[in-house]
Amino acid sequence: MAYSQKVIEHFTHPRNVGKIDNPDGVGRVGNQICGDVMELYIKVQDNKIIDAKFQTFGCAAAIATSSMVTELVKGKTIDEALKIGNQTVTEALGGVPPLKRHCSVLAEEALKKAIKDYQQKSKKL
Amino acid sequence: MLKRVYLDYAATTPMDERVIKAIKPYWRHFFGNPSSLHYFGQQARQAVNQAREKVAHLINALPEEIVFTSGGTEADNFALKGTAFSLKDKGSHLITTKIEHSAILNPAKFLVKQGFKVTYLSPQKDGLIKPEDLEAALTDQTILVSVMHANNEVGTIEPIKELIEVVKKFRGSKKYPLFHTDAVQTVGHIPIDVQELGVDLLSMSSHKLYGPKGVGALYIKKGVQLEPLLHGGEQERGRRGSTENVPGIVGFGKACELAEKELASESIRLTKLRDYFIQEIMSKIKDATLNGHLSQRLPNNINLSFAGIEGESMMLSLDLAGIACSTGSACSSNTLEPSHVILALGINPESAHSSLRFSLGKETTKQDLDYTIKQLIKIIQRLRNISPYK
Repeated sequence: MAYSQKVIEHFTHPRNVGKIDNPDGVGRVGNQICGDVMELYIKVQDNKIIDAKFQTFGCAAAIATSSMVTELVKGKTIDEALKIGNQTVTEALGGVPPLKRHCSVLAEEALKKAIKDYQQKSKKL
Repeated sequence: MLKRVYLDYAATTPMDERVIKAIKPYWRHFFGNPSSLHYFGQQARQAVNQAREKVAHLINALPEEIVFTSGGTEADNFALKGTAFSLKDKGSHLITTKIEHSAILNPAKFLVKQGFKVTYLSPQKDGLIKPEDLEAALTDQTILVSVMHANNEVGTIEPIKELIEVVKKFRGSKKYPLFHTDAVQTVGHIPIDVQELGVDLLSMSSHKLYGPKGVGALYIKKGVQLEPLLHGGEQERGRRGSTENVPGIVGFGKACELAEKELASESIRLTKLRDYFIQEIMSKIKDATLNGHLSQRLPNNINLSFAGIEGESMMLSLDLAGIACSTGSACSSNTLEPSHVILALGINPESAHSSLRFSLGKETTKQDLDYTIKQLIKIIQRLRNISPYK
């Protein structure tokens, strides 16, 4: 598989692996039967994402995009984070092979879901 | 320099130096067309004849029962389509299995489009096809049964002899259904005697036994008539038109000659290495499972699933550590489907995504395996740490 240097680097040294205790939002997407599962945890303060962590079952592209999305969202406001799409993540990684695009969609979906989870939780408060 | 360990011999093998040496004169010095009656042609003809004898000898066949092809895929296509077209007046039903190579499954699919019916037998969890299941699938329309000799992914060796007994009993005085076996993974690796097995057709591929790529053969039992796949000149007794691939055929012959001499000791050596690797992994890595049959297994095949980790990420990590293997994960395939073989064994899709195949060969040493085990332990620990499945 012809992965970019950046993908390999994030795959071999992923940033922000793990869970956040008492997260403000969680996004779990994919399923193991399809071969990809991603869990994204976010911590929000004053409408800003101050921390993000992930756990992923998936191929190198799935792990690298998970890692990259956590890097990209940290320090962003919710509105800014919502603008981060699959394209933003793959570009930051120097591209992914065409066959692997569906893996990178997972990161965007997990982010949207985690933010939605945060917004629903904060409404209740 | 990164240490490189090749553990993907089931995909292909490096050519043996002695094979390379045997081929060399046939590119330029003995370049003749075997169909030419002059000196140049006759030199090439003689080389093809000698190679045919060597290939035949390895499987205890007659030289005239060997038809050279461009490889295993062509041999499989020839067996299925050739039988279908030559016996279409006798019946329109074929039986094969769910765990065949795509070189069988796709010709079968093609024949369905031409109006034939195909039954796909399901293996048991260890990969074995049950003779009773074959017996139940036979009909008076059945013209061909095709069951692979050993599976390329999980290494299970099928009970071909027992399966043929079922077919022979069913045939009675008729000459069909014919029995074909795809022996691409077994020729040169385990002993094969076509007389003893009783097959009508058997596919072979040269590059799986340290010969060149682009050449293979179909064994066609004396008396069996197949419609050719390639209509052309009278090469291969009119069974395959096309000027013979003389260097390839010479190399294939040499590879068969070497395999015949070295197969017995090599299969013992590889079986020991295989079992050592499996035992080490099972005792050192938790939640690892072996796919395929424990003992009815190719001497060089190891197929394992590691819970909680996706196969492509393991394969790539191993590659970065210099180790080459393959995986049944969807993410490594162009279809984005996990291995059809592992799914057919009734193993859950999660495990199919988590499977790795290591296939050993002539140049594999215990040191290579120890290095692989050491790296694999580290990789699995790292990837399980990233995975949500603890």
